[in-house]
Amino acid sequence: MSHDHDHTEDHAHVHRYPPRPDQDDTLTYYRAMEAAVRELLIDKGVLTAEDVRRQVENMDGRNAGLGAKMVARAWIDSAYKQRMLANGSEAAEEIGLDVGPLKLVVVENTPTVHNVIVCTLCSCYPRMLLGLPPDWYKSRNYRSRVVREPRAVLAEFGTVIPDDVLIRVHDSTADMRYLVAPRRPQGTENWGEAELARLVTRDSMIGVALADPA
Amino acid sequence: MTNPDPLRAHHDMGGLPAGAVEPTEHDYALWEKRVDALMVLLGHKDRRLITVDELRRNIESLGPEAYDKMSYYERWIYAITQVLLQRGVITVDELGRKIEAIRARETQRG
Amino acid sequence: MVREAYPIGHVRTPYYIRGKHGVIERLCGAFPNPEELAYARSGQPAQPLYRVRFLQRDVWPDYAGQPLDVVEVEIYQHWLEAEEHAR
Repeated sequence: MSHDHDHTEDHAHVHRYPPRPDQDDTLTYYRAMEAAVRELLIDKGVLTAEDVRRQVENMDGRNAGLGAKMVARAWIDSAYKQRMLANGSEAAEEIGLDVGPLKLVVVENTPTVHNVIVCTLCSCYPRMLLGLPPDWYKSRNYRSRVVREPRAVLAEFGTVIPDDVLIRVHDSTADMRYLVAPRRPQGTENWGEAELARLVTRDSMIGVALADPA
Repeated sequence: MTNPDPLRAHHDMGGLPAGAVEPTEHDYALWEKRVDALMVLLGHKDRRLITVDELRRNIESLGPEAYDKMSYYERWIYAITQVLLQRGVITVDELGRKIEAIRARETQRG
Repeated sequence: MVREAYPIGHVRTPYYIRGKHGVIERLCGAFPNPEELAYARSGQPAQPLYRVRFLQRDVWPDYAGQPLDVVEVEIYQHWLEAEEHAR
């Protein structure tokens, strides 16, 4: 990783939830399968234990703070915002965020448009900028319903979209990944980029919430 | 949720009726993170031993019951293993023996 | 229009959007065909991939939201059929 400075602990964006019970100290059928496959691949020289450890660490370092940095930059720099909307991947790299081969499309919320992201077929997610997805994003209920009744699903998250704002649902079916740029909250006119980034929550970049208020 | 339409695959659920979205989350266990890492490493351009579409195809070929019952990374490790077998990267025999060895190790550890 | 087809095998065109009418929002580029990649083949030649925008009320007859709400889906060229008249 060439951008380790971007992966420092960011307390506004690191959430801690309990792991599934017993998953690390019980040798379930699938946990044994994981260990067996990993050890076979190491035995065969396909990859090394160090490769696995480093990749786990790389993903552990990714959280919504990365996406938030990008959104906050766009809030204070309109030229950057235009570049970000034109090519999300290039704009991420421009501020030192590594997105790998990801083709990122950033969609902007405006006074008349609200965007929300889903993957109805599996659970495609802008993981390079948000980390691994929350359970609900991968759930049958979210995947089935948000594409057909987005207003009702958003309301379940406490997000009520006015009738005069149109909703644009993005189903990530293929090679693009989507990130929502939420609207900048009122009362933040003189705020700096780091302060602003703390208002840009993960859920606001999925589109099930607005950015936190000032 | 059973799906009465034989033309619609079980994973292809957009628009089907379903319940309220429970805002659940959990921190991933280490073994789940390792499954994720294996997928990224095997798919890396230096190896190209799996594509994300092979992963998806094998997950989609799980029966509806298994698909719903298994957790996300259980489905992944199942599918990764299938692809490695299909491509001849590992064999059924060595996988079976390795799992036995791991179980024996775990039993000894108590 | 999205082809109304129900092939067996791995496809990335969701069931709910098949046979629906939309407008192309953008060309995303050309990507190896997932229907081939899924079976460990090369996926070449790369397929043009489009983002297609659909009015929700055209997708769901009973859509309960606002009339201008839309859903956007990425669809590979071989799943699309041109139509004479623009909407």
